Amino acid sequence: MNEILEIIEQDPKIDPAEIAKLIGQSETEVRSRIKELEDSGIIRKYKAVIDWDKVGEEYLYAIIELKISLGDRLGYDEIARRIANFNEVRSVRLISGDHDFSLTVRGRSMKDVAFFVAEKIATLDQVQSTVTHFVLKTYKEDGVTLFEKEKSKRLAITP
Amino acid sequence: MNHTRKFISDRVNAVPPSGIRKFFDMVIGMDDVISLGVGEPDFVTPWHIREACIYSLEKGFTSYTSNAGLLELREAVSDSFHRDYGVNYDPETQVLVTTGVSEAADLALRAVVNPGDEVIVHEPSYVSYKPGIVFSGGTPVIVSTIRENEFRLTGAQLEDAVTPKTKAIILSYPNNPTGAVMGKRDLEEVADVAVEHDLLVISDEVYDKLTYNGKHTCFSSLNGMDERTILLNGLSKSHAMTGLRVGYAMGSPDIISAMLLIHQYTMLCAPITSQMGAIEALNKGDSEMQAMVREYNRRRRLFVTGLNELGLDCFEPRGAFYAFPSVQSTGMTSSQFAEGLLNQQKVAVVPGDVFGESGAGFLRCSYASSLEELKTALERMEEFLG
Repeated sequence: MNEILEIIEQDPKIDPAEIAKLIGQSETEVRSRIKELEDSGIIRKYKAVIDWDKVGEEYLYAIIELKISLGDRLGYDEIARRIANFNEVRSVRLISGDHDFSLTVRGRSMKDVAFFVAEKIATLDQVQSTVTHFVLKTYKEDGVTLFEKEKSKRLAITP
Repeated sequence: MNHTRKFISDRVNAVPPSGIRKFFDMVIGMDDVISLGVGEPDFVTPWHIREACIYSLEKGFTSYTSNAGLLELREAVSDSFHRDYGVNYDPETQVLVTTGVSEAADLALRAVVNPGDEVIVHEPSYVSYKPGIVFSGGTPVIVSTIRENEFRLTGAQLEDAVTPKTKAIILSYPNNPTGAVMGKRDLEEVADVAVEHDLLVISDEVYDKLTYNGKHTCFSSLNGMDERTILLNGLSKSHAMTGLRVGYAMGSPDIISAMLLIHQYTMLCAPITSQMGAIEALNKGDSEMQAMVREYNRRRRLFVTGLNELGLDCFEPRGAFYAFPSVQSTGMTSSQFAEGLLNQQKVAVVPGDVFGESGAGFLRCSYASSLEELKTALERMEEFLG
């Protein structure tokens, strides 16, 4: 089970027939396992990591830290849900340390992101303060490094 | 400059150059070659290990170490073998750190072989053993393992090869080039012969961590074998550290100190940078190593299935990262097949007879390549077989 997940995490595009060969099970077996994993929500989504900088698309990312004061009405989970519902928000994490939440927000411009934070996030009752860090460059995303690929340095034939 | 040839010793002249060289020269200069001819991992040494090497340089660790190697490393080696196989080696007197396993094998032979002594080697096997025996003044006695027995060495074969001059047996499982492994029962046959004829066993287990769907048995863990075994191992294959050159030898204090004697007058010590990396690898490298092993295992299944589907009969290799298919069904020799495949389809494999006569009719294909490359290689092989 975990082996299938490890393979799919590395290569979401992989054909179940190939997974079957890699782990020594039948294709039918693999297909039904994958279906179980999808149905139970263990596999959430098949996703591509895209280097948008290379495309030349003007996306701006920011990491926003929030301090929360919990009222008697809403807990962290409920607040997180309200924040996560915005399309601009790419990730929401409860964190330890000086702040309570860390968000990743994507917008088209600095203004775009700044307004979003000012209008939609800072205005929430429970949000006490926000700190915005604009991302200047991304080097690694979701375990994938975005540097230029390097050629293998092995000799072609060795004993 | 042919007149300088006369200066070369008979001992060196007696050893032909490795058959691998010829293939290497053919591949050089060809573009777009997929090479399955590489006897090392395609992974780069895990970053935390490289980082430990770099950090050690920053801190100024650039001097010699003690001849036997850093004590901290010898302790880590000793602990890891105790943990993995229950064997006990005193880091002070029974562990020697060498510049790769190749040096350890050379030291072992030079420490024990007298002129005229015979050393038994099974073939197909790694290309260095036979020359190593010759360089140390001994006589290699070849035992050919066969496909029908999945290239395992049997007690009966050994028994036939033993003479009054036999001093030692070189054992190398999981095996390069066949991918064969020997289970506990198989190894006990070897142990019985060793006891019966009072022989030493030099066991090169550098591929031990790359054992699939089963557990590796360490030869010296067999009953009564610790005294009789020179155990060789290293980090090249398990932690993708080939170029860093760290190996180690373990054995009785007598033998290890004999090996140390040669080592201290020739190599002095293994490179300190690599030793620092090795400490990191042994203490903190398990999870990355296991991830690599899982990856090899998947490639192995895909590739071996693929070879058999092409009609290239291949037994299931359960160790190292080699498949050893037979080309018999094609009517070609190993070399004809390998040269044809390289010239027509740009896939490099190594003819099996490079690893001993009994490898004739087989190819060594390393699956330490990306899945993408392995799949393309199989497609090209299919084209070639047309």
